[in-house]
Amino acid sequence: MSSLVAQLIVATLVAGTPLVYAALGELVVERAGVVNMGVEGMMVVGAVAAFAVAMATGSLGLGVLVAMAAGMLLSLLFAVLAVSFNANQVAVGLALTIFGTSLGSYLGKSYVGMALVVPPSGLGAAAADIPILGQLHPLVWLSWVLFTATWFFLYRTKYGLALRAVGESPASAHAIGYPVIRIRYLATLFGGALAGIAGAYVSLVYTALWTEGLIAGRGWIAVALVVFATWRPGRCLAGAYLFGGATMAQLFAQSAGVGLPSELMSALPYLATIVVLALISRDETMMRLNVPASLGKPFSI
Amino acid sequence: MHPSLTRPNVPDRLELRSIRKAYPAVVANDDVSLRVAPGEIHAVVGENGAGKSTLMKIIYGIVQPDSGEMLWNGREVVIRSPAQAQRLGIGMVFQHFALFDTLTAAENIALALPTTPSLNALSDQISSVAASYGLPVDPARPIYTLSVGERQRVEIVRALLRKPGLLILDEPTSVLTPQAVEKLFEALRRIAADGCSILYISHKLNEIQSLCDSATVLRGGRVTGTCVPRQETPASIARMMIGEDLPRYREATQAAAGRTRLELANVSLPTRDPFGTALADVSLGIRSGEILGIAGVSGNGQAELMSVLSGEQRLVEHGAVRLDGEAIGHLGPAERRALGLRSVPEDRLDQGAVPAMSLADNVLVTVNRGRATRCGLIRFSWIEAYAKTCIETFGVRCGGPAAHAGSLSGGNLQKYIIGREILQEPGVLIVSQPTWGVDVGAAVVIRQALLDLRDRGAAILVISEELDELFDIADRIAVMAGGRLSEGVERACTSRDRVGLAMTGGHGAPSLHVKEADDAVAL
Repeated sequence: MSSLVAQLIVATLVAGTPLVYAALGELVVERAGVVNMGVEGMMVVGAVAAFAVAMATGSLGLGVLVAMAAGMLLSLLFAVLAVSFNANQVAVGLALTIFGTSLGSYLGKSYVGMALVVPPSGLGAAAADIPILGQLHPLVWLSWVLFTATWFFLYRTKYGLALRAVGESPASAHAIGYPVIRIRYLATLFGGALAGIAGAYVSLVYTALWTEGLIAGRGWIAVALVVFATWRPGRCLAGAYLFGGATMAQLFAQSAGVGLPSELMSALPYLATIVVLALISRDETMMRLNVPASLGKPFSI
Repeated sequence: MHPSLTRPNVPDRLELRSIRKAYPAVVANDDVSLRVAPGEIHAVVGENGAGKSTLMKIIYGIVQPDSGEMLWNGREVVIRSPAQAQRLGIGMVFQHFALFDTLTAAENIALALPTTPSLNALSDQISSVAASYGLPVDPARPIYTLSVGERQRVEIVRALLRKPGLLILDEPTSVLTPQAVEKLFEALRRIAADGCSILYISHKLNEIQSLCDSATVLRGGRVTGTCVPRQETPASIARMMIGEDLPRYREATQAAAGRTRLELANVSLPTRDPFGTALADVSLGIRSGEILGIAGVSGNGQAELMSVLSGEQRLVEHGAVRLDGEAIGHLGPAERRALGLRSVPEDRLDQGAVPAMSLADNVLVTVNRGRATRCGLIRFSWIEAYAKTCIETFGVRCGGPAAHAGSLSGGNLQKYIIGREILQEPGVLIVSQPTWGVDVGAAVVIRQALLDLRDRGAAILVISEELDELFDIADRIAVMAGGRLSEGVERACTSRDRVGLAMTGGHGAPSLHVKEADDAVAL
């Protein structure tokens, strides 16, 4: 019994982790007042880049690093267009997703159906005896470290305060001497890096194989999560694991032979996450106090 | 006396030489020079659009001048960014504050400091500065919970903690009650006495006379005079400022106020918006042939009251709003307009007009029944003629009915929007902040048009932050504070001080009646 509970917990954490990364990154971006809707595209490119590198070198770590770099490259493209040239953020983000998704399919064409076989890392092997923790990939641990660090940065450091201030009122931040454009660039790049890791995690750890449509809308869920979590990291984390739990629950239900079409079952986690978060975020006051006031609005001097 | 004249060896804190800044459509500053001595309070006076704000943005590094020199403590400097201006020792208090609403006062202040003290140490610093200058600030409160006066104090304290050599204040009293203005002036005098120079930007002549050591007057981007305000009269400074004598209002041919046209009965409106103000038991009545003025610092429920009157906010209780006795609380703006209740919102670019459309098309925003259309199709000749009449009647300076609304100056657009409603001869007109950001000439035209409409028997409600305006045109004055509305009192029976006290609000606010209040004191 307890092993079943432990299994469920592990499965939930495993399935929720990509969203933790992606949503955390997007949260930082949006806190700086920028909406990057290209998360899905950056995740796809990150996933394929990581997979290709890991196949070629056998190193997961290197794959993750390259995925980060790929995500940052795409987000840099976004920042140049949307932050420097003040193009419409939503339009650029959508274009980035379409671009990233197609690029990922193209690059991943020769890998379709291939599986990655990598021995567990030294760190993972050393911790294998610890219950629950030991069954989790170090990338899951890293997501917690990053989550804590990001929270601390946003709410306990002056730089985090400055980032939130830029999202609140870029004109005021500029007036008291902050480099608004640079801060928005850095935030966007951070979001790109985390989307890259999120993609790498899916292709290297979660499935360890490459197929078309691997990311399957997780990037979009991440964007929605940030909004429904009213731009608060804790709620983002909870939402990500809610999604993970629902994913696992429907898999268990499918294998137990519940008489619903599998397509419908696969849609359930998305539906459940959105419904629950939409209910939570109905509080208008909460929304109003947490939404970065300049969200999506370009800033120029 | 100009302090630098008495101490010739001390360099000026700031000197500008022949500053010029041109934008595509307008020369904002042309050959502007001015000097500010250490510890001097120097006024920069001018109408809206005279170039004051551009000049301050140049000093503060937000805008770069095309040519000209700037000297700081006698040494030439080029200021490229606000950050650099702050390092030099220039602080600025903005008219529309540069604060972050959801952050606390302490966080807002911490953001502007070069070092990061702990929040406790910072709170102590804030308290000590606040105490020495009489600028109380609660460090722990988020900005959105503060009144405008408190927000301004946060900005001033924030600037002072950087120990500036020059403090720029842009129209700092536009949102303050008369009593708060006095307190601000005391603080500013103490700040100047400690050696910090102050650049005080304003168009309010009486304030400049009571506060400033010297003044530079701007008109159309050029310096039209410098003076020692205490040796001038308001009329002589005004002449330098607008180039002619202040226009006067025509003698009113006022008839006695008639029957009540518009009534509001015990309206309470909760707000779910944390930045909003709940209306608490608001009642009012406006009679034909009178102007009721509502004074108050904005953010005290004016926006909510306006939305209830215009119909943007419909009420469940139909009878809470009555027009000529008929319940209209449930009707929307268009239905109310059809009944002869018209309104002019506060924000002319956002709500009053569509900036990207022509003036003629903008007629249709509120004049879209009757002859404006035929079988649902727009009669372009008619709306163009309407726009033309409006432009001629109210002296709107523009490129004709085809000019885009957004291309007009604030004053001209406001004349147009108010004119558009007045041409419909409304029985009841509600106007919010009719002359906000409008130059003196246009303000007189607008106020005169309202007075004329009243004399023709209309019932008019004017919501305004400018006490002077209300005392110029209102027959009765009521005060809005904290979502509550006081009773309307005849203008002759109250005073600016009384109204100012009531504006600070709360329960037990003194009566607006000068006489009654004095009687109460005597008892």
